[in-house]
Amino acid sequence: MSKIVRTGANLLYPFILIFGLYVIMHGHLTPGGGFQGGAVVATAVALVIVAYSFEEVTAMIKKVGMKARESIGLLLFIGAGIAALAIGAPFFSNFLANSGLLFGQVVPSGPNPGDLNTAGVIPIMNLAVGIEVWGGLAVILLYMLSGITKEGS
Amino acid sequence: MFWNLPLVAVVALVIIALAIIVFKKNLIKVFLGIVILESAVNLFLITLGYREGGIAPIYTNAPPASMVLPTPQALTLTSIVIGVATSALLLSFAIIIWKKYGSIDIDRIRRLKE
Amino acid sequence: MIPAFIVENSPALMVIVPLVAAFLSPFIGRISSMVRSIWVGGAMAVTSTIALILALDVYSAGTRLYVFGASAASAAVPPDSGGIPIRIIFEIDQMSALMLVITAISGFAIILYSLSSERSHTGLESFYTLYLLMITGILGMVSTGDIFNFFVFLEILSLASAGLIAYRVDGGVAVEAALKYFVLSTIGALAILVAIGIYYGQYNALNMAMIAARMQFSVLDQVALVLIIAALAMKCGAVPMHFWTPDAYSMAPSSITALLVVASQASLYGLFRTVFTLYNVTLNAATVGWLIIILGVLSMVVGVTMAIPQKNVKRLMAYHAVSQTGYMLLGVGVGLAVLGNQSLLDAFGYMAMEGGIFHIINHAMYKGLLFLTAGAIFLRVGTYNLNRMGGLGHSMKWTMVFFVIGALAIAGIPPFNGFASKLMIYESVFVFNPLLAVIAMVVSILTLASFVKVFHSIFMGPALPEYSGVREAPMPMLVGMGILAVVVILFGLFPGIVVESLITPAAHALVDQGAYIGAVLGGA
Repeated sequence: MSKIVRTGANLLYPFILIFGLYVIMHGHLTPGGGFQGGAVVATAVALVIVAYSFEEVTAMIKKVGMKARESIGLLLFIGAGIAALAIGAPFFSNFLANSGLLFGQVVPSGPNPGDLNTAGVIPIMNLAVGIEVWGGLAVILLYMLSGITKEGS
Repeated sequence: MFWNLPLVAVVALVIIALAIIVFKKNLIKVFLGIVILESAVNLFLITLGYREGGIAPIYTNAPPASMVLPTPQALTLTSIVIGVATSALLLSFAIIIWKKYGSIDIDRIRRLKE
Repeated sequence: MIPAFIVENSPALMVIVPLVAAFLSPFIGRISSMVRSIWVGGAMAVTSTIALILALDVYSAGTRLYVFGASAASAAVPPDSGGIPIRIIFEIDQMSALMLVITAISGFAIILYSLSSERSHTGLESFYTLYLLMITGILGMVSTGDIFNFFVFLEILSLASAGLIAYRVDGGVAVEAALKYFVLSTIGALAILVAIGIYYGQYNALNMAMIAARMQFSVLDQVALVLIIAALAMKCGAVPMHFWTPDAYSMAPSSITALLVVASQASLYGLFRTVFTLYNVTLNAATVGWLIIILGVLSMVVGVTMAIPQKNVKRLMAYHAVSQTGYMLLGVGVGLAVLGNQSLLDAFGYMAMEGGIFHIINHAMYKGLLFLTAGAIFLRVGTYNLNRMGGLGHSMKWTMVFFVIGALAIAGIPPFNGFASKLMIYESVFVFNPLLAVIAMVVSILTLASFVKVFHSIFMGPALPEYSGVREAPMPMLVGMGILAVVVILFGLFPGIVVESLITPAAHALVDQGAYIGAVLGGA
């Protein structure tokens, strides 16, 4: 692609990442959440794929790293569920909510700027899903890219 | 009658999508028909979530009163996630079919019968 | 003996274990293929054990509830929810437990088989990931008590199955079969989703027990019923929508075909669960019952007539699978047609249903066994074409024995399990409508004729020179087939015990809608 597209992609890349992470981390307060934020982050990968050539993309973004993100996200998600089993509650039980520990504040209602430190395991699961979707969608895009490239050669 | 418009749109989208799936010969267009069908179902689910005078469950904005339970939104989101996986798998199949058969015309994808 | 922790949390654990194992297996597989085999085999063994522990518990202590995310596993209705069970609930009654038993036995036997049969193939890390995801999907589908959750597990199962059917690209032909299967199952799943939306819009609930308790059988409910029956009948391969079955079954790796049989039984379970638990006596039982009976009879007749001229052994078996599905639909359909009439139900309705349900478990065992023998033959001979095989009985004796067991069971010859369930279907259906019983018997005879032909062309005759180097299938494959064969023989020798302890409770649990609702809503 042309130099304009590459420069634009370089400029936009960090902002897309930050916006995606914002959507992930505020998932329990505002519309959005793990999947939506993860999809936004994955568009950054799509942008790189559009702007650069196949060799440059494979040098910049590694499939192994994305696969690792996918599995780590899933393990974190299930781990948050299993942690509830460990303290004797059913799977996925929200044992951190309103406990005063990590993410343990009571959610304020009414117009307010939003308190991130609320909602128990839900932010942890949002984060896990966000990481997983980031990795998963990126892997899908990279595999499709390599599938198309081999066709051309 | 006016508030039924989303449901009319759902029916229209379903008919369009089924027509595409049945009549189009290009594999990619058939897949687009499936995606439109998914969108129609998602629109249907979201429409069900409308409650007159309900308060959206957004904690930074809502007054401290009862809020709407966002189940249809959760269902739609799950359905979208599944839709992403479905589209990705279908498109991968299309890539392989194109590589092996040299065509994505569904009339030519008939090697199984031979 | 068994730790209480495992028994209490078994509904969650039996889904967690294969899921975690599935996503870790690509990383474990990097160490060595031996470690990966132990990992996936061990994971499947643990899953099967947990599922069997849960089934045993359900059979001895009654319906089990497991509420995800609640403060206690049995707290189905939160106090501040206005009496609506809002959380995802697993509800395992005796019918679900029976499906768990089927999945546990088949899943374990098939993974032993595939560890050996897939050894020489590449790309195994995702093969076992998808295999374990399929197991997750089946176990989730049969144990969930939440209709949207059912849809999610159905989609997990469809995605994993489509990936596995296309697994050996095979010049694109396998992908074509997977494409056919996946387009159909996506449209079917969307139809189910519309039906779920209709239920939610009317009854403000997704929990099956809650929907069942509020069921009005309005026009919208009839639309939803038609959508669900059409989608699930397609997924289990009943006749008007059966055309994906021969393609998908013949192109998938043989071990996966055996698992696809179990997957189609899970769809059948969903169909029965919808009709009996969601609707039960509110629907016009005779009409819907006859609808299912007609689907069943069509499947039996069309399946077997299409099977006879086939040259590809797996296509032939796939058409027989369609035909056998017809028996289950027939048996349970007769039970449905007399639902609400207690005297007829006692006279023959329960027996027909027990026959149909018994046939589900029998079919999963012998059809799985037959597909596995076909895979063993393909591994050694390299073709599925019946005309090019012959004289293999000299070199593959054990495979031949297993094939004979499976073939006699599917044809309904005593003392194998197919005879026991078919006899129950014949006897009870004869009382209901003699013509249906006669059709069922004729189909059974045609099945026998077809399998005699297959047996003769594969195993009989002089040893062919081009197959002189053919050896017996490897040991783990024989063990996998052996497990299924032993189950086939045991169920055939002691059908009374099996029916009394496994099948009758399942049939009664299916009919007894009040108990299913009461378990969630507390006797409401």
